[in-house]
Amino acid sequence: MIALKPDFCDITLPENYEYGMEDYSSAKAKWCSGCGGHTILNSVQKLCQEEQLAPEKTVFVSGIGCSSRFPHYMKTYGFHGLHGRAFPVACGVKFRRPDLNVFVITGDGDCCSIGAGHWVHAIRYNMKMVVLLFDNSIYGLTKKQTSPTSPLGTRSNTHPTGSVLPPISPVQATLGLPNVSFVAQTVDWKAAHLHATIRKAYEHPGLAFVRIVQRCPVWMRDDYEPTVKDPEAITLMHHENGIALDEKGMKKFRKVIEHDPSDIVKARENAELIKDSTPIGLFYQNHAASRYDQYGAHNLGISTEDRIDAINELMDRYVI
Amino acid sequence: MANPTDSAVSSVKSDPKPKQVKEAIVEIVSDSGEGAQKCGQSLGAISAKMGNGVWTVEIIPAEIQPPARSKAGASGIRVRMGSGPITNMGDQANLVVALNEQVLYGRIDQKAFKPGTYLLIEKKWADNPSEDIRNDYRKSIRKFKQLGYLIHEIPMEEECLKIVNDARKGKNMWVLGLLCHIYDRDLEIASEQIRYVFRKKDQQVIQNNLDLLQAGYDWATRNLDIHYSIPPNPREGDHVVMNGNEALSLGVMAAGIEVCSMYPITPATSATHAMAETMESAGGIIHQAEDEIAAIGFAIGASYAGKTAVTITSGPGIALKTEFIGLAVMAEIPLVIVDVQRGGPSTGLPTKVEQGDLLSVLYGAAGDAPKIVIAPATIEECFHYVILARKLAESFRSPVFVLTDANLATGVQPFPRPVIKPDWFAPPLDQSPWKEGLKPYDWDHATGLSKRPIPGQKGGMYTLTGLAHDEDSHVAYDPAINQRAAESRSRKLAALLKTLKKPVVHGDEEGDLLLIGWGSTKGAIEEAVDRARDMGASISSLHLHFLSPLEPGIKEILKKFKKVKTVEINYSDTVGDPLITKENRRYAQLAWYLRAHTLVDIDCFSNVFGQPISPYRILKMLEEEFDMKFTEDI
Ligand SMILES: Cc1ncc(C[n+]2csc(CCOP(=O)(O)OP(=O)(O)O)c2C)c(N)n1
Repeated sequence: MIALKPDFCDITLPENYEYGMEDYSSAKAKWCSGCGGHTILNSVQKLCQEEQLAPEKTVFVSGIGCSSRFPHYMKTYGFHGLHGRAFPVACGVKFRRPDLNVFVITGDGDCCSIGAGHWVHAIRYNMKMVVLLFDNSIYGLTKKQTSPTSPLGTRSNTHPTGSVLPPISPVQATLGLPNVSFVAQTVDWKAAHLHATIRKAYEHPGLAFVRIVQRCPVWMRDDYEPTVKDPEAITLMHHENGIALDEKGMKKFRKVIEHDPSDIVKARENAELIKDSTPIGLFYQNHAASRYDQYGAHNLGISTEDRIDAINELMDRYVI
Repeated sequence: MANPTDSAVSSVKSDPKPKQVKEAIVEIVSDSGEGAQKCGQSLGAISAKMGNGVWTVEIIPAEIQPPARSKAGASGIRVRMGSGPITNMGDQANLVVALNEQVLYGRIDQKAFKPGTYLLIEKKWADNPSEDIRNDYRKSIRKFKQLGYLIHEIPMEEECLKIVNDARKGKNMWVLGLLCHIYDRDLEIASEQIRYVFRKKDQQVIQNNLDLLQAGYDWATRNLDIHYSIPPNPREGDHVVMNGNEALSLGVMAAGIEVCSMYPITPATSATHAMAETMESAGGIIHQAEDEIAAIGFAIGASYAGKTAVTITSGPGIALKTEFIGLAVMAEIPLVIVDVQRGGPSTGLPTKVEQGDLLSVLYGAAGDAPKIVIAPATIEECFHYVILARKLAESFRSPVFVLTDANLATGVQPFPRPVIKPDWFAPPLDQSPWKEGLKPYDWDHATGLSKRPIPGQKGGMYTLTGLAHDEDSHVAYDPAINQRAAESRSRKLAALLKTLKKPVVHGDEEGDLLLIGWGSTKGAIEEAVDRARDMGASISSLHLHFLSPLEPGIKEILKKFKKVKTVEINYSDTVGDPLITKENRRYAQLAWYLRAHTLVDIDCFSNVFGQPISPYRILKMLEEEFDMKFTEDI
């Protein structure tokens, strides 16, 4: 296996070249130690390697936030844009480029607050892409302000005595949107489940929305520690059409329920469980939802002559 | 069909020979939804087909359904027809057709016409069941007569009902017939136009409208002694006639743009309507985004991925897009942004013209955000500037603004039919391997230019970022790198400037006064300058098409004039108004910009009436400048 060295591009890859992990990793991630971002990054790079995604055909689009630094740590194409605006950019990238693998990396503030309008519509567009919501329930980069997913009473720099509004559930909200086609939830510290979820999302023919409960050891240690330690705090949703875990993987979970991901009503009900025990797994999948990227690509490749003919035909109407 | 009880005019006329005139201005005004615009557009198209110069401009109330018969509800169109080319809406109308008398008040207030003008008014209101309406009508007719207008009360509805059951549908074509007689228009061409306008309707509808056209024509022949001809000048080659938004839309397609990403906003949206039917067969798609921010984000995403994109909007949309515009500058993403300006600030005057976005487009961003800004001045330029913008965007790796306005958007003018060239199109997606070792921002020291990698290009992988970055697109907080990157982005404008020609002065290259304009005001300014020059004034004008970078040699040009003054449709303080002095005066936008650029003490003439500027208004201003008389008072 020949690796691409960091600052050197060996452009003519030999035939049968097999990409290694190093082909997907660029700079060392500058997240805090113990940040959930590291395991997610690792899992995504592993997926790229397993799927042998051509780095030049792969685009990571993000907004702004700690999590949105993600594309800089990949050695693919990346777009680290504006706070809250990853979705429109990613949709624009995919619209006329069906050949590109598009991933969206977003944070809870990025997606559920400033970018909420785009989130709603991206779900409705349902273009083939993987969306990873890094949900640490806090504004990380800007130093601990309340996020729309912060649990009620979260003490933050904007609400020192505790936040006063009930949080948004990204899963429930997404499940309520028109044309939703894939909603899953996982946690960053269960590597096997995390990876199986990202893989399932990648294979989905549409927009796969994955909320990843993410540890923020600097601002939110008290919030996630009980969940990490208490085996009862997570409920695994199991189904043959759900997230595939082997027996060994399954054994790690005390609480397991069956959930059929074709059942959206049940999916919404199970999303409620979140209060007692975080449900992880595939809430909902629909392979048949309509896809705006297919519309976007439907007229690619028209010849220049035909294009000119079409314009001239319109111009004829204005002829005097 | 002869109706001996017609009392509209003194007596039934034989058809006198038409009186030859060089030009004529007609207005058709009504409540919304009565088809006045369709009537005027058809008159414009017929005249253009006959070889006349034409400019039409819509008269639009802000509401879709303003109250009927109200002063503010005037909806309609002005058509200026001439022997030679017509470049603006002109001064006062010579003849007005009004479907009710109330809408005339609004136009009189706006000095759209003057005493002595023919007013052809629908007469049916005289017999309205409502006493109030009958009284209003009679009072108004009396008043208009007193004011010196030449009134003809015309039984439009009554005549139409002889042909159709519902006069609301069709009165406009009857009026078209009337006008065709008055201005000696070719009925054959007019019939062709009707067949075209109603091409999607069934045969009966077409026949009814043809009958209405003929009836209106015949009625005018028998009853009116207003009869003119406007002999056309011969025109060479194929011509098209359309409004500025239609020209923009054709330009978008002829530039080979693949993604037109927009959110509806007046007066920009009709550009998208005009391309909607054709865009997909022309190889592109219109994306109606969830808001203006998403619209530009989507366009930027497409462009980043190598697909040329445009976003079309108006002032409030630009405000929302500002953060993304900054990103496009910072990360050097090619993009065409069309701003069809309307009255501001805020929601302002949605349907009216203003040139109020120049400074916000130039400077409305966090930090220094140099970008290219061009402004077409004619309908034809609306077409060609999109193609130019697409090329500039790609060559200079930059967002490019095309600034038009509501006057260009709805103004209709003929121009030579463009012959579409394949090299106007964006080149095919470059998927060749990226040159080994070449950095994604390999800023050329002299020009600031660099080549960009496009996803799919092997070895070109980089992460674009809106954060300060070095040549590798790596986030960099090093002060020297930020300074160098800013210099490189700015230098691109200086590099473009090198390729531009010195602008040409209209009139002598030296004199007492130079007027400077930009955008849609060109025709009116040059017409006023010509008229003043004919009467002996030492005056010239300069029209700017490149606003960023500014065209070269401006300062030298200005120095040859004793006084320089911009003419703009935007706000400026007037010295002498309460509290306003020469020191604290806020200048019109181009004046402000040119003063900073040239250090010349440039004056300005501007207002925010929400109307296209007329030669008349400019001449009135010039009368004060020169202490001469150029035109009559109204
Ligand atoms: C328009 C705009 N407003 C505000 C900010 C400041 N800002 C940067 S990141 C951020 C919130 C980040 O929180 P989140 O999206 O949850 O991501 P995290 O850092 O926790 O990964 C904010 C408010 C910005 N960059 N741009």
